[in-house]
Amino acid sequence: MRRHLVTVLLVLAVVALFAVPLLAGGDSEYAGTDSQATELIEESRPDYQPWFESVFSPGSSEVESGLFALQAGVGGVVLGYVLGRLRGRRLAERTPAPPPVET
Amino acid sequence: MHIAEGFLPAPHALGWTLVAAPFVVHGARCVVKEVREHPESTLLLGAAGAFTFVLSAIKLPSVTGSSSHPTGTGLGAVLFRPPVMALLGTIVLLFQALLLAHGGLTTLGANAFSMAVVGPWVGYGAYRLVKRCGGGLLPAVFGAMALSDLATYVTTALQLALAFPDAESGFLGAAAKFLGVFAVTQVPLAIGEGLLGVLLFRVLTVNARPELVRLGVLRPDPERAEP
Repeated sequence: MRRHLVTVLLVLAVVALFAVPLLAGGDSEYAGTDSQATELIEESRPDYQPWFESVFSPGSSEVESGLFALQAGVGGVVLGYVLGRLRGRRLAERTPAPPPVET
Repeated sequence: MHIAEGFLPAPHALGWTLVAAPFVVHGARCVVKEVREHPESTLLLGAAGAFTFVLSAIKLPSVTGSSSHPTGTGLGAVLFRPPVMALLGTIVLLFQALLLAHGGLTTLGANAFSMAVVGPWVGYGAYRLVKRCGGGLLPAVFGAMALSDLATYVTTALQLALAFPDAESGFLGAAAKFLGVFAVTQVPLAIGEGLLGVLLFRVLTVNARPELVRLGVLRPDPERAEP
């Protein structure tokens, strides 16, 4: 029972950690730090020209967020598969093999 | 921590690629060796790669009013030691550079060095340190996950400061600027990543006990040992 309580508290802590800034942060745009760094370079070195373009850019921000979701989804499926198999293995070890069926 | 495509001067891009390459090649050999000698590790290797894949895709809001993503490289560093993550992390970065226009091919070396080399090694160091000081497995895992995340972003800030020193205050001034963007935002994310790592390890210690014992993460339990 205590084990489950700790798990629930950990999950709540993670959720709170990211929900609180969103709720309390007001009207910030939450720009990505990667693009902020790029802006910083463009500000301090207006003469700098990126010398290489991305080989492929998703056409719109919708497609881009879809591809990010795909990446997270694929990772989540694999992680879930592994954890499910490990758990299934443990449960199978715990239950004794059924008696042979007589025919 | 993704330095955008073309946003490192060519000598820097080349230099970081040369620095990161041996780590990645060594990491690839470690992965092949691990799978060949211990095929039963494949499942957990997949979990380590998948964890990085998920976490580096998710941008989370931070108290600073900007958003950033965790790295998830600490898990594999604790389970399989850091070299393995040099390969797995670089594969994730390559995927993002090719399909998402996130990061880039010219900056792959620099990004791999921060996320797939420095992060895992710092995380592994924290893990060993906490354990040596008598901390339990879960505090050690928390330290590994949180610091591998934070160290990655600090490295990126320093790489950028090196490439774009401030006109007046030089490298240190630029480092302060870039750290202001990356490091502060990352602190809550690093804590969150640490907590996620603890959650995952609580599941693994129950369900993957034999693997964790073989990998040296858990001590063999004398009560359960076969006579």
